[in-house]
Amino acid sequence: METLALPKSFDEFVDARKAGFLKVKEYVENGGHLVGMFCSYTPLELFDAAGVSVVGLCGTSNEPIADAEKVLPKNLCPLIKSSYGFAYTEKCPYTYFCDFIVGETTCDGKKKMFELLNDIKETYVLHLPQSQKRDYAKEIWYQEIKLLKEYMEERYGIEITDEKLREAARKRNELRKTQMELYALQGAVPPAMKATEVMSTLAQGMFNFGVDAQHASYKAKVDAAKEALAGGAKPVDEKAKRILLTGCPSTGVIQKVGMTIENNGGVIVCLDDCGGERTQKMLVDENADDILRAISDRYLEIHCSVMTTNEGRIANTREMCQKYKVDGVVEMVLQACHTFNVESTLMQNMCDDEGIPYMKLETDYSTTDSGQIETRLAAFIEML
Amino acid sequence: MYQVGIDIGSSAAKAAVISEGEVIKTILLDTGFSSRKVADTIYATLEAEGITKENAKYVATGYGRISVPYADDVITEITCHGKGSYFLFGENGTIIDIGGQDTKGISLKNGRVMKFIMNDKCSAGTGKFLEVMTNRLGLTPQELSALARKGKEITISSMCTVFAESEVISLIGKETPREDIAFGVIESVVNKVVSLLAQVPNDQYFLTGGLCEDIYIVERLAKALNAPVKTTPLARFAGAIGAAIAC
Ligand code: SF4
Ligand code: SF4
Repeated sequence: METLALPKSFDEFVDARKAGFLKVKEYVENGGHLVGMFCSYTPLELFDAAGVSVVGLCGTSNEPIADAEKVLPKNLCPLIKSSYGFAYTEKCPYTYFCDFIVGETTCDGKKKMFELLNDIKETYVLHLPQSQKRDYAKEIWYQEIKLLKEYMEERYGIEITDEKLREAARKRNELRKTQMELYALQGAVPPAMKATEVMSTLAQGMFNFGVDAQHASYKAKVDAAKEALAGGAKPVDEKAKRILLTGCPSTGVIQKVGMTIENNGGVIVCLDDCGGERTQKMLVDENADDILRAISDRYLEIHCSVMTTNEGRIANTREMCQKYKVDGVVEMVLQACHTFNVESTLMQNMCDDEGIPYMKLETDYSTTDSGQIETRLAAFIEML
Repeated sequence: MYQVGIDIGSSAAKAAVISEGEVIKTILLDTGFSSRKVADTIYATLEAEGITKENAKYVATGYGRISVPYADDVITEITCHGKGSYFLFGENGTIIDIGGQDTKGISLKNGRVMKFIMNDKCSAGTGKFLEVMTNRLGLTPQELSALARKGKEITISSMCTVFAESEVISLIGKETPREDIAFGVIESVVNKVVSLLAQVPNDQYFLTGGLCEDIYIVERLAKALNAPVKTTPLARFAGAIGAAIAC
């Protein structure tokens, strides 16, 4: 068994963080492999099929941002700064112990950050097309996925067979279906659980080693909610206003935005960021002849503001508004996220068209604007 | 039964008492250091006049709304300004509330808030900006407006209060007439407010908050908006009145 070095400032870490480091260290020392990723476009089945755990490294905390700003410009999305900051300060065990990181050419900030991240930890960047529209877009993405597959085969000295890919696709699809169940419970009338619970479950689930463990953690949440429901539990006030939360990835603002909505007379019935229903409802065609192509096609379909044009996202949100009987749409834009910020006009137009009140919040991971955010969210909910 | 609305803002605390659909009393105090303390003072003042928990309901609003322990309910100032303004003006329009630490535009239709906007983490276009500049010029707010009326076109270009203050200091250093500086200061606030209001345009506007008795500012706003701006001395209490209505 190889022994791995701990970060330089390990002794100063709080106990929970130390425990996290030791857990991941043990996993890797016992032969486990870990790859870090950042984006919904990452083809997870490839890692599952290679027997490698894949963990989301999106920074969701303000903590390492001040350090990240020693290298990165201040005027950058907090998700990018936080992600880089965790690598830079060696405070995230997954970033620290992973074999390498997979990034994609999504928004400019992230794309360029990966160049710097590569100096700390090897970063493999998938070249995502800027649009699904061209005839050859699918082919580009397929070639990219294939290159990554070959890279992994070479790196780990393995063969990623079609059987393994098919098996991985099947398991991921099952996981997606469970996640959809979670969303259905959350969006029920009245909701079977608070969205902030769902957000936390999903965020924690990401840190399991392997798809099975992740699936089990979601399944446990679904079962617990169903059981509570059968027992007559009503975790959410029936009069709570039903909110759809859209915009940038929201895990970093569970407290500031999620909790605030749910403590001020609202309940989030639909999580409409890229980790939500609009992405999870897309399944890989498990029975396709060319399974690798089925995987690459499924991922390219994802609607994100980095794509031009991106009508699919707005169309999906419209559908979600109807499906979940939404009273109001809150769009959360992380500071300096140009793609979602610009696209917010289209989201607002759609809401106007549907007659659903809409509010945009631009914020970051700090607490400096918590008071204002609370007033704005509370007033918005009172208005509904 | 009395309905008492309490609006604890960042610089002023206001209370309004409604009985049988009429505003029968208002109170205006400095918020000072402690929202809690000023809330207690308001309670004591009303109690001395026979308005107590026994015969009154209380709703608190404003940024210090959570510091009113005797409040029966808590509502944001946006909803309250909406209700209060509808009570005072009874028409559709956009409310302009220039507060101590933030400025809001609230569009009102049939008495309901349709949309609102607030300035972001910045004091440009707020009461704070005016306060800092008035102090720097050694004037009272009334004097500032009176001087500005006689001033000539100068522009304060910095949006940030701290930089704008340096700009004012350097204008003073250059012996620029105080009238002109006063003009520039008020224009700066008016322009910032108007640019904020672009997102909630309307045929007419209502000015609430501490500046509602400043006729010069009302005139400048109306000119810049190219639309009527209505106000009344009671509009200073619009938030408190709205809270009282919500009781
Ligand atoms: S928002 Fe877009 S770029 Fe960001 S993680 Fe999601 S899919 Fe990727
Ligand atoms: S939130 Fe926006 S700016 Fe931040 S990483 Fe995602 S797409 Fe890029």
